[in-house]
Amino acid sequence: MTQDMTALPLSVHPSGTPAVATAPTAKAPAAAKARKTASHGAHDLNRNRGVDAALWVYILLAYAFVFAPIAASFIFSFNSDRFPSIPLGEISLDWYRAVATDPLVWEGLRNTLFVGVITGVVSTLLGFGAAYTDYRYKFAGKQVYLALALLPPTIPVIIMGLAMLAYLSRVNLSGNALSVIISHVVVCAPFAMAITRLRLSQMDPALEPAAWNLGASEWQTMRHVIIPFCKPAIFGALFITMAVSFDEFAVAWFVSGLNETLPVKVLGFLQGQVSPRINAIGTFVFVTSMTLVILAQLLLSNRDAKFRNTSGE
Amino acid sequence: MRSRISLYGLTFSLPLLLWQLLFFVFPLLFLVALSFWTVKNFTMRPDFDTVNWVTIYGRAVFWQAYATTFVMAALAALLTSALAFPAAYAIAFKLSDTARRWAVFLMVIPFFTSYLVRVYSWQIFLSDNGIINVLLGGIGLGPFPMLNTVGATMVGFLTLCFPLVVLLQLFSLAFIDRTLIEAAHNMRCGRLRTVFEVVIPSARVGLSIAALFAFILCFGDFVSPVYLGGGEPTTLSILITDTTKSGQQWPRAAVIALTMIATLLVVAFAAIRFAYKGRSK
Repeated sequence: MTQDMTALPLSVHPSGTPAVATAPTAKAPAAAKARKTASHGAHDLNRNRGVDAALWVYILLAYAFVFAPIAASFIFSFNSDRFPSIPLGEISLDWYRAVATDPLVWEGLRNTLFVGVITGVVSTLLGFGAAYTDYRYKFAGKQVYLALALLPPTIPVIIMGLAMLAYLSRVNLSGNALSVIISHVVVCAPFAMAITRLRLSQMDPALEPAAWNLGASEWQTMRHVIIPFCKPAIFGALFITMAVSFDEFAVAWFVSGLNETLPVKVLGFLQGQVSPRINAIGTFVFVTSMTLVILAQLLLSNRDAKFRNTSGE
Repeated sequence: MRSRISLYGLTFSLPLLLWQLLFFVFPLLFLVALSFWTVKNFTMRPDFDTVNWVTIYGRAVFWQAYATTFVMAALAALLTSALAFPAAYAIAFKLSDTARRWAVFLMVIPFFTSYLVRVYSWQIFLSDNGIINVLLGGIGLGPFPMLNTVGATMVGFLTLCFPLVVLLQLFSLAFIDRTLIEAAHNMRCGRLRTVFEVVIPSARVGLSIAALFAFILCFGDFVSPVYLGGGEPTTLSILITDTTKSGQQWPRAAVIALTMIATLLVVAFAAIRFAYKGRSK
């Protein structure tokens, strides 16, 4: 269905538009080749095996530092000891069992999923609109518009949390899941916008006017040309914003009241007794988030192949 | 492109604008108003009183926390930048295209793990009976108290910023004109000298922005100072959470928050000025 729609404007214009689809394929290997030869030239003169080896070791150490806590959390989630350390105790699923039988954790998970899904959908819609606005229109105050659209993630979460709590409780919106959704959309929409904007910048600027010239209205062009073109980015943005919302704890901690999300529960565990339950939850959330991210990645990296297919019809 | 106002254009541009005005700009502006409110008998009253500003700014605890937070965030930004640069440099110049893609992908993964969980995980490494002390004990050293120190807070800050800083640095290094490096080499400029006189100046914008982000993240973070640093020394974020959560003194917390925002604006402005210095000519 959608494939036909994308194909429509392309097949009408056999001379101009297929270039959009073929150009990147033709250009990419050539560019890569050029880069390769250039870097070869740069390296040959001052190449030093010792330095290269040291840099390799450094990369490995850097990744070891980054992944040490992630790996430890994964390993110790299957470890029976109350106070995790080495040597490892027995392998057990006790902590998963403890988490799975805790009704508060389930409630937190429900809240997290509820908040995450709605946040993802709303952020993606808002972000798409803003990205399209930036792509297509020039207007006075655009800088301000873009600043509003992109700045929220740079404000420290603790300040966002306080501001949101004070403001939302003033308008009687605080202490429920809705307040978490509102705050999360503020933080997540910029990510959705950035992802969609990147995709739009890959679109041939002549594509939209071409559709208009062929008699499509702006709305029809949006529906049959732009949205299909942006589809991978839209789903990518959806998954990424959901993943961001799943992990956000500070703002949620301030505004959620009794409707705590899972990360806020984790914060509670951290404040209380040291508990390996955090590892079990963390591993679970990690696997969930990674699934979303990999889905997004697949969508975003398959886009060119897909686009070639549709235009080839 | 046409730019007249139409229902079509507004449908796409307005929702985000309204949302961010209502739920981003207004809350921040409300914070300003809130800082002038008064608290009597545990209830807030709309007011125009500078008492909160006077109280907070009159406290030595606040200024101590301010200095601590600023110095620690600046230190973390420098440390992260310095430690991330060799990694970013090696990934940018020493890896094949395929390996570089994998390296970037792996660096993105931490963004989708819970920062809280990673901080908790560092407790497992750093506590008195933790992994590092057990290992050191194996060779007859220690135990060294590592948890609840400023060093542990720094480890947390590094955990928070390192991946982002590597990626931003990598991004700026990718845009360096390779022929410049080649030219430097042709003119017998040594490796290290090339790095300091060609690579770093060419990537200055990206490197400064990366450091700025690290500063912003660490300046506002409360997780590492509390759960790795043990809440000592007190940082501004700890003051805010304490004032809000237990003290119910939201107007005073607002004063601290506004001071933090003002500081961040100044630092961001200075960093951007530095980044683009001499570029606009």
